[in-house]
Amino acid sequence: MEILDEITGKEYEFGFTTNIESEKIPAGLNEDIIRLISSKKNEPQWLLEWRLEAFKIWQSMTEPTWAHVHYDKPDFQGISYYSAPKTKPKYNSLDEIDPEMRKTMDRLGISMDEQKRLNGIAVDFVMDSVSVATSFKEKLAELGIIFCSISEAVQEHGDLVQKYLGTVVPRTDNFYAALNSAVFTDGSFCYIPKGVRCPMELSTYFRINEAGTGQFERTLLIADEESYVSYLEGCTAPQRDENQLHAAVVELIALEKAEIKYSTVQNWYPGDKDGKGGVFNFVTKRGLCDGYKSKISWTQVETGSAVTWKYPSCILKGDYSVGEFYSVAVTNHFQQADTGTKMIHIGRNTNSTIISKGISAGHSNNSYRGLVQINPSAKHARNFSQCDSLLMTDTSGAHTFPYIEVNNSTAQVEHEATTSKIGEDQIFYCLQRGLDEEQAISMIVNGYAKEVLNKLPMEFAVEAQKLLAISLEGSVG
Amino acid sequence: MIEIKELRASIGEKEILKGLNLVVKPGEVHAIMGPNGSGKSTLASVLAGREEYEVTGGEVHFNGKNLLEMAPEERAREGLFLAFQYPVEIPGVSNMNFLKAAVGEVRKHRGEEALSAKDFLALVKEKSALVELDGQLAHRAVNEGFSGGEKKRNEVFQMAMLEPKLAILDETDSGLDIDALRIVAQGVNAMRSPERSFIVITHYQRLLDYIVPDVVHVLYKGKIVKTGTKELALELEEKGYDWIKETVA
Repeated sequence: MEILDEITGKEYEFGFTTNIESEKIPAGLNEDIIRLISSKKNEPQWLLEWRLEAFKIWQSMTEPTWAHVHYDKPDFQGISYYSAPKTKPKYNSLDEIDPEMRKTMDRLGISMDEQKRLNGIAVDFVMDSVSVATSFKEKLAELGIIFCSISEAVQEHGDLVQKYLGTVVPRTDNFYAALNSAVFTDGSFCYIPKGVRCPMELSTYFRINEAGTGQFERTLLIADEESYVSYLEGCTAPQRDENQLHAAVVELIALEKAEIKYSTVQNWYPGDKDGKGGVFNFVTKRGLCDGYKSKISWTQVETGSAVTWKYPSCILKGDYSVGEFYSVAVTNHFQQADTGTKMIHIGRNTNSTIISKGISAGHSNNSYRGLVQINPSAKHARNFSQCDSLLMTDTSGAHTFPYIEVNNSTAQVEHEATTSKIGEDQIFYCLQRGLDEEQAISMIVNGYAKEVLNKLPMEFAVEAQKLLAISLEGSVG
Repeated sequence: MIEIKELRASIGEKEILKGLNLVVKPGEVHAIMGPNGSGKSTLASVLAGREEYEVTGGEVHFNGKNLLEMAPEERAREGLFLAFQYPVEIPGVSNMNFLKAAVGEVRKHRGEEALSAKDFLALVKEKSALVELDGQLAHRAVNEGFSGGEKKRNEVFQMAMLEPKLAILDETDSGLDIDALRIVAQGVNAMRSPERSFIVITHYQRLLDYIVPDVVHVLYKGKIVKTGTKELALELEEKGYDWIKETVA
């Protein structure tokens, strides 16, 4: 069994830091800090006021405690809310990128050049608080697609941002959404015009680099009528002993017959094997299926973070609109995850599907929490939910908290749930055929999660499979 | 091929193998018969390296190497194959991917080059025909939703793909109807060669009509108590295991 210890001790692969001089404002949060952030970003008055209002709301709220997670409350006055690489914050051409930054991107597997060009993925790279590079902008612009950092969108497409910001996740929604609204520093913005099918995957990589900072990014994605977009996000952070706070807000809006496919591979630093350090990932993600026959599909592979609290949700307002949630959440060592979704059915004949696969190893705790709400107006709404849990050890926990509220008799709601322990028999079967234990676990777990992994775009699926294997190496017990 | 000397093994506090001796030479087919609880399946599990069993004494040499020191996957790569009595299902893992990984590991161990996709498919086609395994099954998840007979045929198919030096068939005949039994036996017989040995574990003589053994052993209370030719199996069938129990007592 020494092999177990050897592999569980495996280091987090993305735990490096980059030596880039950065400009960081003093720690703490008050109105002046918010004014400072807003002025640094040269924001219009309406946004400053919007932020200040959010700050007031946040001050009146208390941190939620209902999730099945335990952690020391972050010190909100001990965090610096703005950190930007000192060298030119925005690059005119990718060749201008700071060599150190470039190295970071290479190590993360984000080459902004030929390789990605061949794969046809447009990338926005956000480090700490600032979007540092966006590729393919011109090509997308030819189709009328706007893909840029949200800061840039505020400057150049202010009307769109003002129209949609906070419409899906209002500032009053929850503690962390309010905080994010007050202090968000960057993130991605995307607008797909009417009738356009985005020809490539759009992708954002988030990276926390500076110590003592939080990352509060804001993503706003609007798919106009009859458009389609597939969007990917990836996240990593250096290894640090202290906990880092990540509180993002993602808002999606799908108009009539539009389709948004949103995929996440979340690999924030999970803390070490004794549970020290790691990212607190408190994220609000919500999509509004606003129009008739619109569709939003969330796919997430969650392997990182010390504590995860997130429920990518769909508000199915348009008649015949469709919401989907496919999730694999892996927890190892002392990680805690409380994740799931909310499907709010408002329109007629709306349809939602939830497939959740939890995998718990080490001493971790993994909870699924989901709400299916069928409103009186949602005649003939349908939902199918399947929540499976796989336990790798006797010391890990899996929990399922399904909430179902049906307020009309024409609705059909199905819920299935299973919990199983990874089979010694399955592993031995693989060993007897010549596979080693790592391969065996990787194969079994990937088989278990296949329904979800299949939903990821090709380029991501392979990465996600490897990530699952790495997260679980030597975790059977 | 394999030389087992005074092998003792326990599960928990209970000793199941109590000084077992067996020598199988290259090309030979040995049948091991015995009443329920005599230790037949334990022997198969211990040879394959299952952790639940603790080896408390004795030696096992496999092609001159100390088998008991090897991890289960090393034993497999060295050419020891176990056809399971109850093959497990691995949902979501396609039979093809599973076999591709297994064949890859075994070939790597032998210092052979990895098979190209084309050659691998050709091999699948050839070997699956041996056990009349429907082409569809190769693409389904490992044993998932397979009937009992299909699972056993899949075991023999995997064996044919991996080309082991020693194959242990653990009650491969259990739960098979006569047609499936014939197909499984035909697959095994096609693989008999002067370099390959088999240990066929069975409760019934019936299988040995199809896979004719060179040597028949009777296992009772953790030891081999009688060894003979294929006629011994017939005699057992006729007289029942009580005859052995009385003889030994």
